[in-house]
Amino acid sequence: MPQLLIELFSEEIPARMQGAAARDLERMASERLKAAGLTWDALTTYAGPRRLTLVVEGLPVATPDREEEVKGPRTSAPEQALEGFLRKTGLTKEQLTDRDGVWFAVVASQGVQTTAVVPEMVDQIVRGFPWPKSMRWGSGTLRWVRPLKRIVALFDGAVVPFDIDGIPSSDMTEGHRFMGSGQPFAVRDFADYRARLEQEFVLLDAADRRLRILEAAKAVCAERGLVLVDDDGLLEEVAGLAEWPTPILGDMDPAFLDLPPEVIRLSMKVHQKYFAVRDPARDGLAPNFVVVANVEASDGGRALAGGNSRVLSARLNDARFFWDEDRKVGFDTWLKKLEGVTFHAKLGTLADRVERIAALAREIAPLLGADPDQAERAARLAKADLASGMVGEFPELQGIMGGYYARDLAAPFPLEGGRVGDGGGGTASPVSPQDSAAGSTDDRVNAADRTQAASTPTQPSPLQGEGSALADAIRDHYKPQGPNDTVPTAPLTVAVALADKLDTLVGFFAIDERPTGSKDPFALRRAALGVIRLLIANGCRLKVSSVVRVHSAHFPRRFGESDLSQAGEEVELLLFFADRLKVLLRDQGQRHDLVDAVFALGDDDLVRIVRRVEALGTFLATDDGTNLLAGYKRASNILRAEEKKGPIPTGMVDLNRLVLPQEQALAASVQRARMDVETAVAAEDFAGAMRALAALRAPVDDFFVGVMVNSDVPEERDNRLKLLGQVRDVMGQVADFGLIAG
Amino acid sequence: MAEPSEPLAFQDLILTLQKYWGERGCAILQPYDVEVGAGTLHPATVLRALGPRPWKAAYVQPSRRPGDGRYGENPNRLQHYYQFQVILKPNPDDLQELYLGSLKAIGIDPKLHDIRFVEDDWENPTVGAWGLGWEVWCDGMEVTQFTYFQGVGGIEVDVVSGELTYGLERLAMYVQGVDNVYDLKFTRDGTTYGEVFLENERQQSQANFHGYDVEGLKRRFEDMEAESTRLLAMTGPQGQQLVLPAYDQVLKASHLFNLMDARGAIAVAERQSYIGRIRDLCKACAVAYVEQEREALLPSPRGGRAGDGVEAH
Repeated sequence: MPQLLIELFSEEIPARMQGAAARDLERMASERLKAAGLTWDALTTYAGPRRLTLVVEGLPVATPDREEEVKGPRTSAPEQALEGFLRKTGLTKEQLTDRDGVWFAVVASQGVQTTAVVPEMVDQIVRGFPWPKSMRWGSGTLRWVRPLKRIVALFDGAVVPFDIDGIPSSDMTEGHRFMGSGQPFAVRDFADYRARLEQEFVLLDAADRRLRILEAAKAVCAERGLVLVDDDGLLEEVAGLAEWPTPILGDMDPAFLDLPPEVIRLSMKVHQKYFAVRDPARDGLAPNFVVVANVEASDGGRALAGGNSRVLSARLNDARFFWDEDRKVGFDTWLKKLEGVTFHAKLGTLADRVERIAALAREIAPLLGADPDQAERAARLAKADLASGMVGEFPELQGIMGGYYARDLAAPFPLEGGRVGDGGGGTASPVSPQDSAAGSTDDRVNAADRTQAASTPTQPSPLQGEGSALADAIRDHYKPQGPNDTVPTAPLTVAVALADKLDTLVGFFAIDERPTGSKDPFALRRAALGVIRLLIANGCRLKVSSVVRVHSAHFPRRFGESDLSQAGEEVELLLFFADRLKVLLRDQGQRHDLVDAVFALGDDDLVRIVRRVEALGTFLATDDGTNLLAGYKRASNILRAEEKKGPIPTGMVDLNRLVLPQEQALAASVQRARMDVETAVAAEDFAGAMRALAALRAPVDDFFVGVMVNSDVPEERDNRLKLLGQVRDVMGQVADFGLIAG
Repeated sequence: MAEPSEPLAFQDLILTLQKYWGERGCAILQPYDVEVGAGTLHPATVLRALGPRPWKAAYVQPSRRPGDGRYGENPNRLQHYYQFQVILKPNPDDLQELYLGSLKAIGIDPKLHDIRFVEDDWENPTVGAWGLGWEVWCDGMEVTQFTYFQGVGGIEVDVVSGELTYGLERLAMYVQGVDNVYDLKFTRDGTTYGEVFLENERQQSQANFHGYDVEGLKRRFEDMEAESTRLLAMTGPQGQQLVLPAYDQVLKASHLFNLMDARGAIAVAERQSYIGRIRDLCKACAVAYVEQEREALLPSPRGGRAGDGVEAH
């Protein structure tokens, strides 16, 4: 079956756009081909620095001829309707069939040549391509991500002729900008295209480029006994910057290794797109880097490694400047600066935020076994580094730099609990409210690196004991940042981390900045998930609703909100937490409906909710669990049906009127189960509560087998309904079983 | 191809680029005689990019960034430095190849060095200009800004210009393998960049950060602002608005703003308002310029199309 090959060859496409471009090309081509009535065996797209490629295998030469029956007006319809239908179908009245009073026509359509479909398809793709940003060039009107230079369009080995805004289709493409022959060349089909490109030093497939980079980068490191520091994001990016990626190991002045390793790595990554290198012998960064060049240089890369090394030195000198300057400045000055930095127009300055977080950290510290004074102090210092030069340069280092500076400055801490400084608003500062609104930074240097750098402070008196915990809290209070980030467990850190996130959540909910759909500009979902994970991992019994209520008071209510709206936002925030918890539990494999069943109890102790859900999941996986659930549903159905007839009798079961042994047995079991469940739930022994419920299974089953609820004797019927109501109530202490599927 | 045995001196780098682009049809202009923060602000780029008329020019432009002064003590930062600016309107199809040819001309062999086009969308909010393109990296160092102009003065361009901005000091440091800008060979026989400019950096830095009279700067800013508006309201012998002199005043106001900023005299709250004032002046000039170009009231440098629009007017 014939093959279609399309290449859109342009000037350099931004690396960050290539992945999406390949997917968009795939989607648009599939849609257009399908709309033309074509089928195919396989459709693949590729994106690289200078080209987007589409190859479709197994297309027919043409779509088949078709006959289609079309329904027309009723035979009784006015004449105009029939005339319209005849015009539309191009038929005469004699050619129509009358079936049950309705006109039907058979319309034949001729198949379309695939080569006739291709030009329009490519034209529509090019003109409608969803680039995040596109441009015009020269005197033309066409838009593409960068100037479009060539179009390859081959079907079944032959060029499909057309042009788009003066760019003609052909079978010609180009190889590597520097290493190729420098001459455009013709290709026959996809296999030939791919092979010729490789001869011309172009790896078409991004996966091949990534593999080549990884293998070669690891190899150049291994030659010197070093290890590449993996970075998937960086790998993706550099694979989009080179058609013939060639990793080269460069040297860096070892003197820079006294900078924090995070700083070195970010300088390398953000500014230069280099990989960092580890030296296993010293268990830290090596004075090296890996640059992924686009050429195999004729001197083996010596000149270009040297050039890159000089550029890196200049970058690291800048970083060292910030590092040195920051340590001359210190926390007091930074805290004062925060008074001049707006966090959010409606939520005050960063200094206001620091005050709120400090107060909240103090309140929740006892729940975590942390000292309230210490927690307040750590919270007060945690945001100071936002005003430092280094974080101004590398926002990703927020917290991390604060941790280093806290350790390094030995005694930077204003030990009194009072507010640091006063006035000084309007200070010019490069700081933006990165804090919490910034993108996630999951690519941290591992703990070994951090320890290594922390052990080489320039001042001789590193903090000990309490101070060290304080520095850890400053460093780690943004955690956990993403679903894969670790969750802090040090009490002081947890107190500050919780206060930080809760302040964000309460604040933005108060000013009605809630996430909608895919939009979550202040990363509130991440903050809520962070709170949940912190609480669960630390078994912290924080009542979310009461914290929200208390903390709301820390915000000036100057925007005319009534207490009513405050209550409203409290409920909304709780629902928001519930949603996040559901997502978390679902990601962990728990059933959505179980989460709902537990949430329906109205508990807002997240730790308890999770324990209940877990116990419930285990129980329902047993035979007793499924059968009891079935019994519950049956009881509920009966009760619901009876409720429609009139009020259901409630109250004590009249033991004297229990006539059948099955109902007597159930009554006894329910009595016992109620007490057992109550005791177990009070002790938060949810497995025990489930066991108590399991004891109900047999009596409930027997009851439904042997007892007719709707007895002719009204007292018996009332009694049995009361009994079923009790079963439902007892089970309802554990979860709302009515919300469970099955 | 091997690298030339002796790398180009700073002035030879400039001469080589001028020769290269001159041979490719560019008018080689001399620097504009008003202080600017970047070569783009030269009217030969920012104004000529507007309207439909073709244009090719190249020039060195001294650029002043008062806040970047470091008293001559930082090896990479200067408050006065040179940019080499090329503008080709409309951009030729082979602009990238032409550019790479210029790198070869100054001794950078792309088979030995790693030349990369890395996404960088350019924007200058004070003149309301934007474009798409790249920063060009040579062995990890940004040596050129490569931009396809999409809009200027808040107006979408009629014809796209290709703009190249070479950072001459960086490029020279790279070519000569020098780590400190003041060690650059300015001439082949050994005059250094430091001999030419070090004292200037020291004195100008002092003046930028501590010398200028803030009140005076502020007054002059307001004078220039008023002057620009006044001139733009006047008409010349052919009935045209006085765009070019009005634009000169915008450049002067812009430089005065930069000086005030370096003196630390611009409060955070004022900053946006100052930038907005400059942008408004600039936009007024751009709008007037486009109108003139479209009406072709200005005599064309080639004398060709002057009459085209007159009938329509």
